[in-house]
Amino acid sequence: MRFSGLRVLKEGLTGNKGWSPHWRDADPKPEYDVVVIGGGGHGLATAYYLAREHGITDVAVLEKGYLGGGNIGRNTTIVRANYFLPGNSEFYSHSLKLWEGLEEELNYNVMHSQRGLINLFHNDGQRDAIVRRGNAMVNQGDDAILLDRAALRRKVPYLDFDNARFPVQGGLFHPRGGTARHDAVAWGFARGASDRGVDLVQNCEVTGIDVDRGRVTGVQTTRGAIRARKVAVVVAGRSSQVATMAGMRLPIESHVLQAFVTEGLKPCIDHVVTFGMGHFYISQSDKGGLVFGGDLDFYPSYASRGNLPTAEHVMEAGMTLMPMIGKARLLRSWGGIMDMTPDGSPIIDRSGIEGLYLNCGWCYGGFKAVPGSGHCMAHLVATDRPHDAAARFRLDRFRTGRGLMDEEGTGSQHSLH
Amino acid sequence: MRITCPICGARDRREFTVKGAALALERPARDAGDVAWDDYLHNRDNPAGRSAELWYHETGCAAWIVVVRDTVTHEVFETRLADGDTEAGS
Ligand SMILES: Cc1cc2nc3c(=O)[nH]c(=O)nc-3n(C[C@H](O)[C@H](O)[C@H](O)COP(=O)(O)OP(=O)(O)OC[C@H]3O[C@@H](n4cnc5c(N)ncnc54)[C@H](O)[C@@H]3O)c2cc1C
Ligand SMILES: [Zn+2]
Repeated sequence: MRFSGLRVLKEGLTGNKGWSPHWRDADPKPEYDVVVIGGGGHGLATAYYLAREHGITDVAVLEKGYLGGGNIGRNTTIVRANYFLPGNSEFYSHSLKLWEGLEEELNYNVMHSQRGLINLFHNDGQRDAIVRRGNAMVNQGDDAILLDRAALRRKVPYLDFDNARFPVQGGLFHPRGGTARHDAVAWGFARGASDRGVDLVQNCEVTGIDVDRGRVTGVQTTRGAIRARKVAVVVAGRSSQVATMAGMRLPIESHVLQAFVTEGLKPCIDHVVTFGMGHFYISQSDKGGLVFGGDLDFYPSYASRGNLPTAEHVMEAGMTLMPMIGKARLLRSWGGIMDMTPDGSPIIDRSGIEGLYLNCGWCYGGFKAVPGSGHCMAHLVATDRPHDAAARFRLDRFRTGRGLMDEEGTGSQHSLH
Repeated sequence: MRITCPICGARDRREFTVKGAALALERPARDAGDVAWDDYLHNRDNPAGRSAELWYHETGCAAWIVVVRDTVTHEVFETRLADGDTEAGS
């Protein structure tokens, strides 16, 4: 399925009857070189780069529901490379560069919009931390500009700068940060993978992983047994359940993260803005809805909807920071299941079982990681060696204590991220 | 979600904070080795369904409570004080 201006015009005049699906809805074959479990952003990107970079096309992506129905279609779409710690820093930098070439690469409009991201600070301590983060970003080769109050006011005049409790002192501006259209990213990678011969199999839940003498041999699914030389587990919030099928217990707790959207408004919020003193961040979608969120519901959960206390907190934080949004009516809220690690950083690694690879622990920040994660995961699966940009995302860092990446500096414990 | 504190009775979830799996009560010996400590500190069953967790009645009586509940439906089956075996209502 290809698009062109002429085609859009012609279809528009003839009732849009000539469009065809973007990818093949395949039936599973009995055997593949590689089976990818999970048809979210990371699974689809893994399959795409396996075919594109490594010429491995005998691949199936097995998705228990419909393609793109998980977190890839539920997130608030922020794309950035403003991480601080070695490991995260080079990885997200790598991923952002892939984003910047993604539309050309996929020949697909993923609506990547580098509108700029602003992290606000509200006191001297936060200012120091943000200067340090900005320097780390610049050292990594990415972009960061410190905005004082006056410069910030010119960009985002609508904040409550003189809030009695949390006055706004300035912000760290990351011009290459922004948003993208989440579904389109899934569809673009799906089309690219499918065109190269990858089978995308929907309604196919993996129910078992077959291991013989320390080596993976295939999977059991609701659509029959499938043999495979290699199996990649890329199932985000369901990582613990799938790992159990291979007898593993992961350093993961699943939590709900909520998001909210208002009715469509005229353009008023031009950037992505994050509050430094409460759980609140916001951007405006191309349709005009204000898209915002906060933090986890703060207890383990697999319910794909959130609790009221967190919703209230997010609304209050939003009203504290930008009272002007108070008259907008909320249209919808929803939740997605996050795979939280103790240090808040991800895992892309071998599993200890030959031919079985893990990609998980993306916490609430895995959308921006989609191209980078797929790229590095494909490298790991194809070559059995980690990609340089993801070499620190090791599973054993928790056991050894070496190489923990606690970006928030709160301590490497489940209840703290 | 409401949680029944064995001391204070049924209270709003806002009064509590969660520590995580009730595994926190099974602290290994100091010299148990890195695998045992890794299992205790990091690795989790993380069930979708019935789960035993440790909650803290932070703005109530400050008791630590074992809460057995469903992580999918949020139904609470059972609560009891973490340091004793006092059974409380569901
Ligand atoms: C509300 C919200 C806001 C967010 N905001 C941002 C943001 O602004 N920026 C950012 O970078 N990140 C954000 N994230 C995080 C990001 O969405 C996730 O980290 C990322 O999408 C997870 O990877 P994925 O796309 O592969 O997951 P998913 O799309 O969830 O894919 C996993 C797939 O595996 C499938 N699966 C599970 N078990 C099985 C099985 N047994 N067999 C077959 N298939 C199975 C699932 O059905 C699912 O489709 C947000 C998340 C949420 C919920
Ligand atoms: Zn109490």
